[in-house]
Amino acid sequence: MPWRSLSPRGLRKGSFIDFHLGALRGSIADAMSRVRILVGTKKGAFILTSDGKREQWEISGPHFAGWEIYHLKGSPAEPDRIYASQTSGWFGQVIQRSLDGGSTWEAVGNDFSYEGNPGTHKWYDGTQHPWEFKRVWHLEPSPADPETVYAGVEDAALFKSSDGGQTWQEFRGLRDAKSQLWQPGAGGMGLHTILLDPKHPQRIFVAISAAGVFRTDDGGGTWKVANRGLKSPYELPDPDAEVGHCVHRIAMHPSRPDVLYMQKHWDVMRTENGGESWQEVSGNLPSDFGFPIEVHTHEPETIYVVPIKSDSEHFPPDGKLRVYRSRAGGNDWEALTKGLPQKDCYVNVLRDAMSVDALEPCGIYFGTTGGQVYGSADDGDTWTAIVRDLPAVLSIEAQTLP
Amino acid sequence: MIRVVLPYHLRTLAGVDGEVQLDAGRAATLGSTLDALEARHPVLRGTLRDRTTLHRRPFVRFYACKEDLSNEQPDVLLPDAVASGAEPLFIVGAMAGG
Repeated sequence: MPWRSLSPRGLRKGSFIDFHLGALRGSIADAMSRVRILVGTKKGAFILTSDGKREQWEISGPHFAGWEIYHLKGSPAEPDRIYASQTSGWFGQVIQRSLDGGSTWEAVGNDFSYEGNPGTHKWYDGTQHPWEFKRVWHLEPSPADPETVYAGVEDAALFKSSDGGQTWQEFRGLRDAKSQLWQPGAGGMGLHTILLDPKHPQRIFVAISAAGVFRTDDGGGTWKVANRGLKSPYELPDPDAEVGHCVHRIAMHPSRPDVLYMQKHWDVMRTENGGESWQEVSGNLPSDFGFPIEVHTHEPETIYVVPIKSDSEHFPPDGKLRVYRSRAGGNDWEALTKGLPQKDCYVNVLRDAMSVDALEPCGIYFGTTGGQVYGSADDGDTWTAIVRDLPAVLSIEAQTLP
Repeated sequence: MIRVVLPYHLRTLAGVDGEVQLDAGRAATLGSTLDALEARHPVLRGTLRDRTTLHRRPFVRFYACKEDLSNEQPDVLLPDAVASGAEPLFIVGAMAGG
């Protein structure tokens, strides 16, 4: 039965049960499934598709050739509906939408006007600088309603569309959370992570570089800072500052939304209580600098990072591209190297460029600034390059299709 | 009739092949021509000018009759040769790397 014929409510329940029955999901069902990987790059979008074995891949693209595609993501409620952030230093922001899995596209609304006077934030020279919209970094479709999608933008703000991307409204209350102290990192002041809590529909987490994590419990009206326990002794004059931390990515397993994992500029962190306090779980990583962090689809305590040497040298330590996996929710990490280059590798993996599928065993994918997309169909034990020579990869999203 | 030549990426975005032909009224200005262009192709709103201030985006240029009109005010009259359709208005992406 195609997913589209299910009601959003029924689908949400079904996909939720999937997480709990993950171990029981049969290989027969998975063999009939398909995986689609949405790849955003510096020069266009690419779509990689495979059957459930994840051995043979078809590659389509470039879509929007020559444009920066910061992010694409499909609606969980209607997987053939895909939203894409198309952007250009010359021509600004365009939002594209597909209703047929990426075969055809239509431009929708690109009016991201801040609500009221957005005021100022801290600029590189310490002065206050006016808020200016630059681009959409991340699109997060609602799990239940295909017409609802959230957008994280630079200069940092959260927008929502309830009409399939035609019009956008800002959650201005987010900027009441000490935004005069937020500041751009070298990559710009972007809102890059949006986590919708599946158990508490009024709760949303966002993360901003360089400001930190923020949480709303009332559907976006009011927001609180959620950075306690983060320490940034190299980046900030006060290591324990309430805001200003360069959070690179946060991740959640939908079965347990109070537990979040974070890759910060330096440090891998974990919270047990929805961001009330964070503890470091970097443990035995060769470097705790990095960008993406992901959670295994069926094991909420299994997480993945890609260590990068340092903030000064954005490439893997010792020229070895290694994914690190912890099966204990952090602290105790093992290197995953089979199929990944173990010498002369100096690519980076950006914050939105890692994703998992929903099959058994779990598939995990990441893209590099060297244009490779690596995939594993066995929880990360072994890797292959699905494609090697794309433009620099900005984002990866894996979709599991019936 | 005014002829407008768009840069490659905006022809693709607007789905046009070749020049765009516009009726910008009798006293065609740079601003009224861009208004007419955006009315014909709403997808171009925000790609040439800021949606709110209508200021030209930094890396967009307007050329006509071997002149750079990029820094002219919106109410500047277009050259007669452009207003008559003898010469096109070129909209260009500035030279830049990356």
